[in-house]
Amino acid sequence: MNQSKRKTRGVIEKTLAEITGALEQTLFAEELARQPGLLQALDARAKLLGAFALLIAISAAQNLVVIAALYALTLPVAIASRVPLGFFLKRVWVLMPFFTGIVALPALFSPFTPGAPLITLIDLASPRVYLAITYPGVITAAFLLMRVGASVSIAVLLILTTRWATLLHALRVLRVPQAFVLILGMTYRYIYVLLHAVNNLFLARTSRVVGRVSGADNRRWVAASMGALFAKSYALSDDVYLAMLSRGFRGEARAMDAIAWRARDGVWLAVFVVIAVIAIWLGK
Amino acid sequence: MMDQNDTPIFELDHITYAYNNQIALNDVSLTVRAGERIAILGANGSGKSTLLKILDALYFATRGTARAFGEPLTEDALQDEARAFAFRRRVGLVFQDPDVQLFSPTVWDEVTFAPLHLGLAQNEVIERAEWAMDLLNITKLRDRAPHRLSGGEKKKVALASVLALRPEVWLLDEPTASLDPRSTSRLLDFIDELTREGKTIITATHDLDIVEEIADRVVMFCEDHAITGDGGARAMLSNRERLIECNLIHAHRHRHDATGEEHIHHHLHAAPHEHEH
Repeated sequence: MNQSKRKTRGVIEKTLAEITGALEQTLFAEELARQPGLLQALDARAKLLGAFALLIAISAAQNLVVIAALYALTLPVAIASRVPLGFFLKRVWVLMPFFTGIVALPALFSPFTPGAPLITLIDLASPRVYLAITYPGVITAAFLLMRVGASVSIAVLLILTTRWATLLHALRVLRVPQAFVLILGMTYRYIYVLLHAVNNLFLARTSRVVGRVSGADNRRWVAASMGALFAKSYALSDDVYLAMLSRGFRGEARAMDAIAWRARDGVWLAVFVVIAVIAIWLGK
Repeated sequence: MMDQNDTPIFELDHITYAYNNQIALNDVSLTVRAGERIAILGANGSGKSTLLKILDALYFATRGTARAFGEPLTEDALQDEARAFAFRRRVGLVFQDPDVQLFSPTVWDEVTFAPLHLGLAQNEVIERAEWAMDLLNITKLRDRAPHRLSGGEKKKVALASVLALRPEVWLLDEPTASLDPRSTSRLLDFIDELTREGKTIITATHDLDIVEEIADRVVMFCEDHAITGDGGARAMLSNRERLIECNLIHAHRHRHDATGEEHIHHHLHAAPHEHEH
């Protein structure tokens, strides 16, 4: 019982630490996007289109070595863009096993991917039960993990080296519907306000709690806080809409004209596209 | 500075506004003329912010009639884009919470939002935004995200986002809320500048210390969401009974300044409601 109490108290403290961590990480990302580096110097449109071409190549390539080579290319680019390598690798590969790994896991086994066994786990004659990790299974799982790893690396590089506002601007210029870009921008903007609100709720709670609180009480409090936060965000959305109306918004978002496109951006976009085309050709 | 035909800027005639069956404004009548500086005084929840939103045509009266610049101020009237744009170019509202007002990804996007959405030409949008940011000394914040700014900086960006419109009428909701003394002082300087330009300034506040600096006229709200007094700032502020009644000062701890003595005053009373000074 005591142990469970300690555990639930830990959950609140852990959430606090995670919120602070998330805020710090985005601060770090924004700082990184301001550093002078290879990708930082490029126009967001060139990066966005280049990333898109490479993502298509990763999905289309049927050769594991080609996909691995595309992934390997992201590493020197990350270094040239001043992205700390440890941070970059951790960000891509630490959470991957939990998400993609779970999806890829069944593919290893004979019932899902039949073929030559690599490791036989169960082989009974009567009743007939057979379970093995197969070669084709390992290759299928490796394809999935490698594709996701390479794609996430490219997306992470794009986000870490481009300021959020510039990225939104690039989306606007590339004719992504304005309403979509506006919603994306506002979502990101207000996540901060709500994260701060949650942080304050948790801090206020921590400051008033002495000793141990039962798991049931903690759950009740978390549920009540979720309700309070929902009410707060609902009221906030109402007020923000009024603030937009007050300054002329009538349901149609407008944007300023595009920024100038430089020759260097064109060259780099061409480089990305050529790499993507070669990868698709080699990986046929 | 009076409107050309001396037409009032706002005319509210017996306005009532209810939200979810709760009365937020109760039978309010008010006339505002060009160049007036008015403080809407009242405790929290007395209806000040609601009144500003009615004046900015964000809320529409449940009962009663409202006119702005001689034209009806109704939801139907503002369906017409040209009329809505004409109204919004003339009236600017600065919200109390800058996090509500600053919804754009960067300071630049924020300051250009109003001129851009009110149909100004792009070169004029840029010219106005640069002018407003320069005036408020926030040019260096141009590419920053509003959520990363300090409270004082956020308030400046909120002011610049309205200033870029160059409105004739400024509606300010609790402008000094959560500002440090230096930012408050800068804000008062800014309001002073608007006054010199002959703008109409309507400020909702419960900060008695700034009232005489920002307003010549005081409209006072009590907890019944109705106007209980309307008059010159000095006369209204010296009516202590009314200030106490409307929860703006406390009977046992308040400032004595009408007599020239300015001090925080504590006292106990022997008999109930005895307030001899």
